[in-house]
Amino acid sequence: MSPRAVTPRQPAATDPAFIRNFCIIAHIDHGKSTLADRMLQLTGIVDDRSMRAQYLDRMDIERERGITIKSQAVRMPWEVDGEAYALNMIDTPGHVDFSYEVSRSLAACEGAILLVDAAQGIEAQTLANLYLALENDLAIIPVLNKIDLPAADPERYAKELSDLIGGSPDDVLRVSGKTGVGVEKLLDKVVRTVPAPKGDKDAPARAMIFDSVYDSYRGVVTYIRMVDGKLSPREKVQMMSTKATHELLEIGVSSPEPIPSQGLGVGEVGYLITGVKDVRQSKVGDTVTNAAKPAAEPLAGYVEPKPMVFSGLYPIDGSDYPLLREALDKLKLSDAALVYEPETSVALGFGFRCGFLGLLHLEIITERLQREFNLDLIATAPSVIYEVTTDDGKTTVVTNPSEFPGGKIQAVSEPIVKASILTPKDYVGAVMDLCQSRRGSLEGMDYLGPERVELRYTLPLGEIVFDFFDQLKSRTQGYASLDYELSGRQTADLVKVDILLQGEQVDAFSAIVHKDKAYAYGVMMASKLRELIPRQQFEVPIQAAIGARVIARETIRAMRKDVLAKCYGGDITRKRKLLEKQKEGKKRMKMVGRVEVPQEAFIAALSTDQSGRDEKK
Amino acid sequence: MPSALPLADPAPADGLLPASAADGAADRTLSVYLHVPFCRVRCGYCDFNTYTAGELRGVSQRDYPDHAIAEVAFADQVLRSSGVPARPVSTVFFGGGTPTLLPADDLARMLGAVRDTWGLVPGAEVTVEANPDSVTASSLQVLANAGVTRVSFGMQSAVPSVLAVLDRTHDPARVPLAVQWAKDSGLNVSVDLIYGSPGETVADWDRSLDAAIAMAPDHVSAYSLIVEPGTAMARKIARGELPEPDEDLHATFYELADDRLAAAGFHWYEVSNWARSEQQRSQHNLAYWCSQDWWGIGPGAHSHVGGVRWWNAKHPAAYAERVLGGVSPAVGREALDADTQLLERVLLEIRIADGMPVEVLPASARPRVAGLIADGLVEGPAAVQGRLILTRRGRLLADAVVRSLID
Repeated sequence: MSPRAVTPRQPAATDPAFIRNFCIIAHIDHGKSTLADRMLQLTGIVDDRSMRAQYLDRMDIERERGITIKSQAVRMPWEVDGEAYALNMIDTPGHVDFSYEVSRSLAACEGAILLVDAAQGIEAQTLANLYLALENDLAIIPVLNKIDLPAADPERYAKELSDLIGGSPDDVLRVSGKTGVGVEKLLDKVVRTVPAPKGDKDAPARAMIFDSVYDSYRGVVTYIRMVDGKLSPREKVQMMSTKATHELLEIGVSSPEPIPSQGLGVGEVGYLITGVKDVRQSKVGDTVTNAAKPAAEPLAGYVEPKPMVFSGLYPIDGSDYPLLREALDKLKLSDAALVYEPETSVALGFGFRCGFLGLLHLEIITERLQREFNLDLIATAPSVIYEVTTDDGKTTVVTNPSEFPGGKIQAVSEPIVKASILTPKDYVGAVMDLCQSRRGSLEGMDYLGPERVELRYTLPLGEIVFDFFDQLKSRTQGYASLDYELSGRQTADLVKVDILLQGEQVDAFSAIVHKDKAYAYGVMMASKLRELIPRQQFEVPIQAAIGARVIARETIRAMRKDVLAKCYGGDITRKRKLLEKQKEGKKRMKMVGRVEVPQEAFIAALSTDQSGRDEKK
Repeated sequence: MPSALPLADPAPADGLLPASAADGAADRTLSVYLHVPFCRVRCGYCDFNTYTAGELRGVSQRDYPDHAIAEVAFADQVLRSSGVPARPVSTVFFGGGTPTLLPADDLARMLGAVRDTWGLVPGAEVTVEANPDSVTASSLQVLANAGVTRVSFGMQSAVPSVLAVLDRTHDPARVPLAVQWAKDSGLNVSVDLIYGSPGETVADWDRSLDAAIAMAPDHVSAYSLIVEPGTAMARKIARGELPEPDEDLHATFYELADDRLAAAGFHWYEVSNWARSEQQRSQHNLAYWCSQDWWGIGPGAHSHVGGVRWWNAKHPAAYAERVLGGVSPAVGREALDADTQLLERVLLEIRIADGMPVEVLPASARPRVAGLIADGLVEGPAAVQGRLILTRRGRLLADAVVRSLID
């Protein structure tokens, strides 16, 4: 007989003893979505025919990159020993940029499947999320996936996992999300291992928001985990951080399509819809309570999202500026962490200074702007939050090099991170060289088995937002993985390097760098620009300067000849069309003083620092 | 200015011109260009509309003069029917290809057709382009007797290695002979030079200038080599068999030519042209640059009458079929709007030594002239007096000057 539950338990009427809330912790491409698909199929909530590969990852970008940006929760019936259970699988984002969202998803669970590729072993991000799960007292179910792969080495990685979390290698389940082998056993184990949720059904309602998604038809869909009490349709609810009240237009569970219910009770996971149009009114981590009978205390753990990485986004075609504003306004509805404000660059015109949780967040947003809104954008080099104290004791927060104060600087502080890098032991030297060159200080080093090493570093965030990840990957042939968390601030000898074309400062190229690297940055930008900017009718000096002090210099020689020698009868039409074409090209030039700089030069000069960011997953 | 590139309109089969083409025609001169689309061999750098014997698909070089003469008759009919007032022809130019591949009598017959149809103004300039190899003292005399006044020799270079890179087969020693024969027949003489060929040195170029000046022609044209896409030379450069042209070196060559020619008594009157006196300037080419009316006869030839440009079918076989069938040989044309005519006027007139009146520019562009003076691209005193005349540096950057004057 199939263990699919014959009589599934109904939402709002399920004894918490028969509820299991769990998530899957996995590194990108270790097969989380495929495993989730198999679970949806085995539990019968998605029929085999309508099964869409990786059902839960809805957005195109996610599907293409195999990353989960937005978590969702699915309620699945499952029967063990003749009892029907309701399993709530809460999907978690896998990337460090979304660590706060991860922590809230984990807080909604009692257990976690630790899913590891049987051919690759555990990665740094997984390790980081595992720490978080243990901190939340979740029951951990270690699982090796992809055991059908020829390269799978389950013995080795089972040992690695049991060394890490205790127990014996035999406790590590072996499954294949692709073929379905072992998945039924895994569901049974979830029922047996994960504790039932606890809560007070008679207390005032408290539900934690662990995700909030904008849907253009329904407004904001808020995903919640009930802790105490009950929420019912049409009652008034209150968001405890803002005290804002809304009417519950709909409440229900995802299975995996939304199914309205008579409410949600203790331990249940589901969604609610209040008609709000902006995810900022329904914030991840906030507590939902009954407006008429509110809880005294919100649930612990709510934090306002805080951007860490900043970049200026400019439309290549200046007339697209209103479109960019509209697009950002739309994305904001579904992304509470995205912040932006108008900004003007002398070189790039009108744009927006945008704040992101991290580099991946930045990349996803720019890609969505380009893909979903058809915008061609230039993104300035990413920056972090610097605090600059001048000699008069005044401190300025700087997220854009152009805000860097002039005059005497007393101190500059920058954010730092604690980074954990997992690498095969052969690359330890290469990784250490890289971290050294990025002003890292080694905090510790541990062997995870005979072949793999965890290196722990403190690094400035500003050194990571450039091409650190790409460098890490290329120096370790793709084997190393990185995780980091913010760890306060430090003062450092930081300066602003400006780039000047013919004496005119090009704000988009200014950068805040360590004093020891200022020269290298100046030389790199100046020589790059010399290659990228076409010769003009006059000589163009390119200078890199700290304040008034020039630290590097290049010259674009004047163009000497720009004339077609022949211009007779048959040449005239052709020549005129050529001029008209050149004239069109001129429209795509940005003027810096008298220097015509092609857009392509800006893009090329700005993109190299972020080159290969696509690989960061 | 239109933002999109103008697309050519289809050319009507009867060749009739819009009424606007006749406007102001009495104030414009009429010139005739006769294309001779034949060459013995194709030079590797050349993208002109020309054919070797093997490429002619059954049309005969011998029949060509009759095809051209048929188009002369057709042209006359079109101009009459379109209401363009009849004018005698001011200049005639035989270009190619290699016009002197045709027997001199054929060229004489074609010129006769032009004269019989429209008449020639007294003292009309009649030029024939010639390869030094394909003329003799007597053939030049035949041309002179037929009314030709001027011959333009494709000398290109005096240096054998440079000629070899250009695939030019003539013996450099023959050029002074041909020039002398032409002078002896009473013809004005121009020589064409090409500089900046792959591998050419400043010393090579100086030697060619020496040789040209020593022949004491009346007129010199000097063109920087343009590597045209689709030519054998472009393919060789793409394959790395020849070096890419160096525009900076071209500028040095140009300045050397300008210095040497000026010292020898020539005056520049267009970016690439120098003449001993105002009378020895090419009146035909000035007609192009001053947007006069000109009818181009022959395969691939371009024409311009009163702001309408058109161009003929390129292949001699396709061309012959049309003109013999009484159908216009034009395959595309464009009627220029006022903005486009202005753009053309700027790009053409800025190139000549007489310059162009500042008031031709739209009011929005006039303040930019100050920047051009400051950058040393146009002559300050002349600009103050109302004419835009390029400095030598400005001549080398003429296209950039035009771009800065249009928007």
